[in-house]
Amino acid sequence: MYNYDSYDRALVQARVHQFRDQVSRRVNGELSEEEFLPLRLQNGVYLQRHAYMLRVAIPYGTLSSDQLRTLALIADEYDRGYGHFSTRQNIQFNWIELEQVPDILQRLADNDMHAIQTSGNCVRNITTEAFAGVAEDELIDPRPLAEIMRQWSTVNPEFLFLPRKFKIAISSSESDRAAVRSHDIGLYLYSGDSGEMFLRVMVGGGLGRTPILNEIVREALPWQHLLTYVEAILRVYNRHGRRDNKYKARIKILVRALGVEAFAEEVEREWEQIRDGAAELTKEEYFRVARDFSAPDYEKVDAVDMDFGAWLARDSGFAIWVQNNTQAHKVKGYVSVVLSTKPGASAPPGDVTGDQMRSVAELADHYGFGEIRVAHEQNLVLPDIRKTDLYSLWRKLQELNLATPNIGLLTDVIACPGGDYCSLANTRSLPVARDIQQRFDDLDFLHDLGALSLNISGCMNACGHHHIGNIGILGVSKNGEEFFQITIGGAQGEDSSLGKVIGPAFKVEEVPDAIDRLLSTYLRYRELDEPFVETVRRLGIGPFKDEVYRKLQNHKELAQ
Amino acid sequence: MNNIIGLVNGGGVYLADDQWTFVDDEVWVTKSRPMILPLDQWQKLDESGTGVRSIHGVWLGPDDDPAVLGPISGELPIIALQFPSFRDGRAYSQANLLRTRYGFKGDLRAIGDVLRDQLALMRHCGFTSFAIRADKCVSDALKGFDGYDMIYARSATTPEPLYRRYNRGHQLATPTEEER
Ligand code: SF4
Repeated sequence: MYNYDSYDRALVQARVHQFRDQVSRRVNGELSEEEFLPLRLQNGVYLQRHAYMLRVAIPYGTLSSDQLRTLALIADEYDRGYGHFSTRQNIQFNWIELEQVPDILQRLADNDMHAIQTSGNCVRNITTEAFAGVAEDELIDPRPLAEIMRQWSTVNPEFLFLPRKFKIAISSSESDRAAVRSHDIGLYLYSGDSGEMFLRVMVGGGLGRTPILNEIVREALPWQHLLTYVEAILRVYNRHGRRDNKYKARIKILVRALGVEAFAEEVEREWEQIRDGAAELTKEEYFRVARDFSAPDYEKVDAVDMDFGAWLARDSGFAIWVQNNTQAHKVKGYVSVVLSTKPGASAPPGDVTGDQMRSVAELADHYGFGEIRVAHEQNLVLPDIRKTDLYSLWRKLQELNLATPNIGLLTDVIACPGGDYCSLANTRSLPVARDIQQRFDDLDFLHDLGALSLNISGCMNACGHHHIGNIGILGVSKNGEEFFQITIGGAQGEDSSLGKVIGPAFKVEEVPDAIDRLLSTYLRYRELDEPFVETVRRLGIGPFKDEVYRKLQNHKELAQ
Repeated sequence: MNNIIGLVNGGGVYLADDQWTFVDDEVWVTKSRPMILPLDQWQKLDESGTGVRSIHGVWLGPDDDPAVLGPISGELPIIALQFPSFRDGRAYSQANLLRTRYGFKGDLRAIGDVLRDQLALMRHCGFTSFAIRADKCVSDALKGFDGYDMIYARSATTPEPLYRRYNRGHQLATPTEEER
């Protein structure tokens, strides 16, 4: 992973110093809350319902074991013993005292971490997929360019007060696992005929109350122009994006208002002015950064491991876990292992305790190369595990309650923190997640259902990415009462689509039943191994809707 | 009392005797009083015989395209750009363009909601004077120029990105004084 040099270190240290001063000026009243707000947001500090929350950046989801230990320490010393991994590959601490934030940031800076620009109307954490650099189907490792963009966007003076937040994701695998299409800028990295690196640049995606997938503005952009091209996009957006209405301020609205062609022309015009200047990337810089991502010392191991095979045959629980929670690796004899942070009703999705973090750090050191990834599905990943170690790793993960074999299944619920923490929430999303996990806890049933993503957001802001869940649940409030609207047919990845609303919203206690009816409709109509989302695409939402509301009608009549 | 800070060798200094008067409506322009005018008024100056253009400056609103000043940027002693709110970042891009694309070499002034914690950013984008919001203390605002000010990207004042400025990847003990 990327190693900070003296410049990187000096910057994060200076930033702590600066924010410490800003906090003390806030505390003694020199800064009004209005003036302080953007400063604290750009240092990751939110005011939530009951306390301050600190969001720490995990650039493109990559952590060293020591960094994870630092996070564990923060969870234990400054929070209530746990942290929450978010859908943007960051970690959030929910119970923080403002006065302690500078000390926490100091701990982070001492371990080459920061919380810079994890919030606010600026370029946020650059994301990519959790298996970057190790996935079997990867074309090019996207991490060097992600790191280069991280640096470029950090404290870039022209672009810290954009009309709205700005999210960039980069991916380079056949099945886009970074949800690049729902980002303000989505970048797809691929190689041209003679091996040169190209980027497809897509702009204007976003979830929130106007969900939309981004559109291509540029094909085959040579990688050297990455920063100038992003600069051109940001300048056009900074100057012309709407600032009069928060809900119309994302770049997607600008792209739509101009039309993608006109927007692309505007960007190209701007880019022509700057493309060949000093901001062009150099090979030296690319290789300097890429060197840090070069492959660790993999052992030469056989693709087939006898012991591993034997355990698969002997222990069906292990076999199911391997099937669900591991991912094919570039190097033979290795896999990537996904640690489920969703054991069911016992812990909210994405919550990991300090003890668990320390143990995972141990496992990463012992079995891997001391590296951990955070997936945007809120799970953790050990990227480099030898097949021969899988069985003993699995046993240890079971003890840690991190081995639930439900990755990619219904109970691998993605949920935002909702009304339990978030002050923007209309509804509490976590109890809905818990009810669903409780209702469908039969593993055989879950495996029979197969790949199925379920996403829950507590309000229109869509932090739980409900639009791109195969089943999406959105909390809405009517006359102060909580209701949940269900969409189906959303998907992320190459075949991205936005879900469609099936009908009137449900009360919280009706949600598991409604899900149950959706699932039985699917099981009735599915052809062979067709996944849920394919069945929805083939049949449309009609049969699902009929089933869900017909039965609901019956219930209501019976009850009368 | 005016609240103007200027830059001397990159550092902030209080300009007690700042000469500029900001004008946003019709006024009688005299030769002895240098003003910062709306563009259309400035353009009318020579024709109407009321004053000499070259001693007066121009201000732009955040919606204005700085390209309009391209042809006259050599004649203007000062351009002022507005921050209607310190959270409105349009003037950063305007400033950058005036410096890097439209050849403006005169004084570039930030006006409006201009506060201590954004001054270093403004300096990067090419601003050279700063009309601090009236209710704020100038000597406090001056601290906004102190402290570490490294950026990775390029800016109007730092035309090359960090990777072209330094041979990176070396574990220097600490950055030199100059870099601080
Ligand atoms: S979706 Fe709404 S409730 Fe959930 S975290 Fe985002 S803002 Fe808060």
